[in-house]
Amino acid sequence: METISKSPHSEARPRAKADIMGFLARFAPLIFLIVLMGGFALGEPRFLTPLNLFNILRQVSIYGLLAVGMTFVILTAGIDLSIGSLVAFAGLVAAAVSKGGLSNRFTVGAGAEAASHAWFLAALAAIGVGIAGGFLQGFAITRLKVPPFVVTLGGMSAFRGAALLFAAGGPISGFEPNFVWLGQGRIFGQVPVPVIIFLVFAAVAHIVLRYTRYGRQVYAVGGNPEAARLSGLNVRAVTTSVYVIMGFFAGLGAFVLDARLDSAEAVAGTGYELTVIASVVIGGTSLFGGVGTIFGTVIGTILIGVLLNGLVLMNVSAYIQQIIIGVIIVFAVAFDTFAKSRRRVG
Amino acid sequence: MEPLLRMTLIGKRFPGVQALDDVGLEVLPGEIHALLGENGAGKSTLIKILSGAQQPDSGTIEFGGESVTMVSPHDAQRRGIVTIYQEFTLAPNMTIAENVFIGREPGVGVFVDWRKMASETRTITKRLGLELQPMSIVRGLSVAEQQMVEIARALSMKSRLIVMDEPTSALSANEVEKLFRIVRELKAHGLSIIFVTHRLEEMMQICDRYTVLRDGRLVGSGAIADTTIDGIIRLMVGREVNALFAHRERTPAGDVVLGVEGLSRRGNAQDQNATVLADIGFEVRRGEILGIAGLVGAGRTEMARAVFGADPFDSGRVTVEGRQVHIRSPQDAIRHGIGMVPEDRKQQALFLALAVRINLSMASHKRIMRWGVFIDETAERTMVEEYRNKLNIRMTSPEQLIASLSGGNQQKVTLARWLALRPKVLIVDEPTRGIDVGAKVEVHHLLFEMAQSGIAVVAISSELPEVLAISDRIITMREGRVTGEIKREDANEETLMSMMTLGAKAA
Repeated sequence: METISKSPHSEARPRAKADIMGFLARFAPLIFLIVLMGGFALGEPRFLTPLNLFNILRQVSIYGLLAVGMTFVILTAGIDLSIGSLVAFAGLVAAAVSKGGLSNRFTVGAGAEAASHAWFLAALAAIGVGIAGGFLQGFAITRLKVPPFVVTLGGMSAFRGAALLFAAGGPISGFEPNFVWLGQGRIFGQVPVPVIIFLVFAAVAHIVLRYTRYGRQVYAVGGNPEAARLSGLNVRAVTTSVYVIMGFFAGLGAFVLDARLDSAEAVAGTGYELTVIASVVIGGTSLFGGVGTIFGTVIGTILIGVLLNGLVLMNVSAYIQQIIIGVIIVFAVAFDTFAKSRRRVG
Repeated sequence: MEPLLRMTLIGKRFPGVQALDDVGLEVLPGEIHALLGENGAGKSTLIKILSGAQQPDSGTIEFGGESVTMVSPHDAQRRGIVTIYQEFTLAPNMTIAENVFIGREPGVGVFVDWRKMASETRTITKRLGLELQPMSIVRGLSVAEQQMVEIARALSMKSRLIVMDEPTSALSANEVEKLFRIVRELKAHGLSIIFVTHRLEEMMQICDRYTVLRDGRLVGSGAIADTTIDGIIRLMVGREVNALFAHRERTPAGDVVLGVEGLSRRGNAQDQNATVLADIGFEVRRGEILGIAGLVGAGRTEMARAVFGADPFDSGRVTVEGRQVHIRSPQDAIRHGIGMVPEDRKQQALFLALAVRINLSMASHKRIMRWGVFIDETAERTMVEEYRNKLNIRMTSPEQLIASLSGGNQQKVTLARWLALRPKVLIVDEPTRGIDVGAKVEVHHLLFEMAQSGIAVVAISSELPEVLAISDRIITMREGRVTGEIKREDANEETLMSMMTLGAKAA
């Protein structure tokens, strides 16, 4: 900033500044991740073993799936606080479906008799519930014009209530082996299946955001909704759709969570929204909308996983971990606000 | 008589423009002074300096015989200068009394003496001859009543000079009468008033003296009794013909492309009964540029947004190539071949955090799609290159952020966005606002080329020389109505100004 070019026609100066800011916004999370991993590796030799690294990825894969969906929402300057509750509700419905219906959902061992394709029906059920929940909230946001924060705060309570009602107090557990494998199995004896699911869907989401017309529209609506409308975009449809996508990922995440725990319960997913929003924001997606990438979200998710894992290995208490996450979120947003003010100047 | 206010050699510069250049303003005690000028003449800046909202770069201000520096609006108010802006600054959910005494509530410590506040408010409103309950909520009041609350607030501050920015623009004829009665009353009590207005007949009726600004300079001042409306209009527009505006060869216009009939709308954010658009009708032909002239608030932008589907309207018919079309959203308008370049580039057109390439193609994705979902980036780059050359858009790379381009180049990208859609009708609202002179001429030539290529162009501009330079035909608007239509060759700045300010009578 101090080296202001003399030429009034210079377009290079603001561009260079924007490039530096763009570079920082893009790679700061990655640099931070590498530094953090280096630090933990020095402090704790067990950290860098393949086993531990895959464990970290497995731990974050469900957060990661949710964070991919949340990236769409936050790109439109929205927020979804309901995902933890929606995960619990969709997970219970999926569990019941895999057990062959509501009536025998609590029957221990019913999973053994269920057809070996029951996992597929369960996945459809979880995703269906997620999409329906997302659509309802998107509808309320665009048609009733209630702010996303309020709608999804309501959803957070409502879906949790639905989950508690559905579960009638008890967990549903004991699924068929194919279902459980999707959460607990490994491919090539190393790579956990949930990690594969996470990375595949992240790749698909990246392609959608980066290369499709729809992706463009998401950035446009988030960056300047009025300009998007005046450019002929259907702002309402795009806004509704990101909550549907979020719902899809909540359903998918619920399904994988069921499989991993071999159980579903009404208190599952509590507090997920905070970790997920933190992952997205730390990954460089702006809460003001219009700026962010799936790549950043994946890095942000892993970063949180590494941080928590490293802290556990170093015997830092879970309470202090929460404090650290909270502080990191505030700093990530402060950085974003700073970057935004720079963008305005440029 | 010693003036109450004497502003001398006031200068104020904004990036790229000298907003005020050695401007002076003198207001006598107990007079009503008209501050006049075209859009952009510098009136607003002068008022902002007087009200302490902005600081002058140079010049002196004397008030009540002593030299003063106003560092904030609060400071100006403390000295007795109160400004009432067009956009009121009332808190809509609070009572009249609270608004009148906001920030200066009578009382002890943190407690407000409601009884005293109400009774003092009543004293002031009585003095204004108003029947307003001090404890009623402001939201429910009419625009005229809210304005009275602003005046009451000014009086409660023991002000000696009240500046009113366009006070009559939202009022009915009856309400204007009432306002004038109160203003004369204030004058009789020795207060001075500065009236900023575009309505010249009213100004002649109420004001004692006038000051006219043009292009940031003082061009005349004197007693109303010694001048005429025509004399004032000459002062307001009488600049040399600006050689920097482009001239064009005109081609005969073709068939009617866009037809608008009886377009009407009532109600805006402040007042649900306000007339926004009243029975607007016009036609634009293939290859023609129709200029729309009018002062700020005349309803030009509202008209454009209604035709484009950005705002709803109550009644009226829009036809494209003779067929009636139903436009309820910009999507509908685009489907029927209508494009619009909005007046506020940053707020309404640009995606500042995105690349030039992505900004340019935003409205024409359909041209560059592959397999129905993907954007064909090769085709997109080709398209961007095409318009980059055609419009001479200066940038280092299509991948650079649009925020880093100059205003003129940003505007060219916005124009390119619509050209890429190959529209039949293109509405441009203030196409050269905030861009430098060289780019202005380029934009004018682009508009000519668009017309030449068969697009029907509707060009809204607040700069009369620009309207005269680019249009084939001009319609003028005032207060949501079309007040006249004139061929380019019959028009000059004076005729346009009188059509814009006097309404249909003069047309």
